[in-house]
Amino acid sequence: MTTAVRVLTFGLQNQLRNRWILGYGLLFALLTDALFRFGGSGPRVVVSLLNVVLLVIPLVSVVFGTLHLSNSREFIELLLAQPVSRAALYVGLYFGLALPLAGAFTAGVAVPVLLHGGAGAAGLGTLLFVGSVLTLVFTSLAFVAGVHFDDRARGLGLALLVWFAATVLYDGMVLLIATLFADWPLETPMLVLSLLNPVDLGRVLLLLSVDVAALMGYTGAVFERFFGGGLGVALAGLALLAWTVLPFLLGLRGFARKDF
Amino acid sequence: MTTAALEVKGLRKAFGKLTALRGLDLVVAPGRVTAVVGPNAAGKSTLIKCILGLVRPDAGRITVLGQPIGRDPGYRHAIGYMPQAPRFPDNLTGREVLDLLADLRRDDASGADLLRRFHLDEDVLAKPVRTLSGGTRQKLNAVVAFRSRPPLLVLDEPTASLDPAASGVLKDALRQAAEDGATVLLTSHVMAEVEELADDIVYLVEGAVRFHGTLDQLRLSTGERKVERAIATLMREAA
Repeated sequence: MTTAVRVLTFGLQNQLRNRWILGYGLLFALLTDALFRFGGSGPRVVVSLLNVVLLVIPLVSVVFGTLHLSNSREFIELLLAQPVSRAALYVGLYFGLALPLAGAFTAGVAVPVLLHGGAGAAGLGTLLFVGSVLTLVFTSLAFVAGVHFDDRARGLGLALLVWFAATVLYDGMVLLIATLFADWPLETPMLVLSLLNPVDLGRVLLLLSVDVAALMGYTGAVFERFFGGGLGVALAGLALLAWTVLPFLLGLRGFARKDF
Repeated sequence: MTTAALEVKGLRKAFGKLTALRGLDLVVAPGRVTAVVGPNAAGKSTLIKCILGLVRPDAGRITVLGQPIGRDPGYRHAIGYMPQAPRFPDNLTGREVLDLLADLRRDDASGADLLRRFHLDEDVLAKPVRTLSGGTRQKLNAVVAFRSRPPLLVLDEPTASLDPAASGVLKDALRQAAEDGATVLLTSHVMAEVEELADDIVYLVEGAVRFHGTLDQLRLSTGERKVERAIATLMREAA
């Protein structure tokens, strides 16, 4: 068994007994179940979960990721004093946290969906996919912050700033641009802007998957045409891949060079 | 000529404006128990972390058992490390921690003798680490460091959180390892412990070696019979 797989396995063992991870999964399970009971059909549940997924998953991932790295500091030092490479250790530590987080979300949503017979709901697959990708992206960003700052408060501060920028500030900036340049054709710039933020990209993909693009008027039609075509899907996939891989590599680079 | 167990040449390390090591040179002969002592911020931790590969030196060279250390982590098979403040993942059991570290070291030694002497039976090892006391976690740490009989032991304040009985077990294990030919590098603030365990003393001040010799040489050079007073004399001279 390689070092990375061994460290990943112990990470899974550790996190699957972690009450916070179990509570996180339970939160999604209760919420999804409640939405089914009060809201009705599968697509409506998916749309209702959209904002929770887009806000809560990045927040939990950055907070949990930063604290996990900070709390594991002494153990990481002990592991690094063993004959293991830093890259293998980082890969194991990262996936040992990101996979349980993504798994808790996926199970928390999927189990009530299956129980309520909503497995075929439009957008459900996209919801689970977007939620899992956002977990990977924001856990990576948390690790970048955690690797960069030894001080827990500063690391957590940076991670929360990234979350706030991606979920709130960015939308404010987009809204400002849309207002200032209301007389200009903004569909293409908006498309580009949505590709540059994983949270916005997730929102657009989710909205299109549940077929409510018509609510967004002409912009919705442009988005639907773009993301419905081969180029749009390829670009969206590439953007999500870049958001997943680049922060991971940035964190890995920092970890490899870090003085512990 | 016998190969040194540890050879450090021109080691430099700065953290921003703070210089921790200033061209430190050190040769540790095999089979010796060497205590590294010095005032706070003398560079003891940085030296140990450089040897373990936790800190990348700005300049200099470290050789462990004749093998220059670089990016390949393989040299750490030869090192058993015991940190001062052990922390393990809260939800793992003691047994899982021992198995994980054995896997990472590709080591099948059980450490049964040391586990028995520390009274770490399977009932204790089945408990989550978060429920274990600091002393019990330190015993686990000692088992991890000693069980594969590595030729170089690096022990950072090893008895800090141990009770007198466990401390005695650890000291016996250390002596036994040294008799079996292991080289031990030890840091401690307890001078009585240094006097009891060490063959040699390395005294660091401001990132450089101020004194390196046997306990008798230390006593002779300072005119003090007790190691604690001899170290105090060195500190006064350095101030």
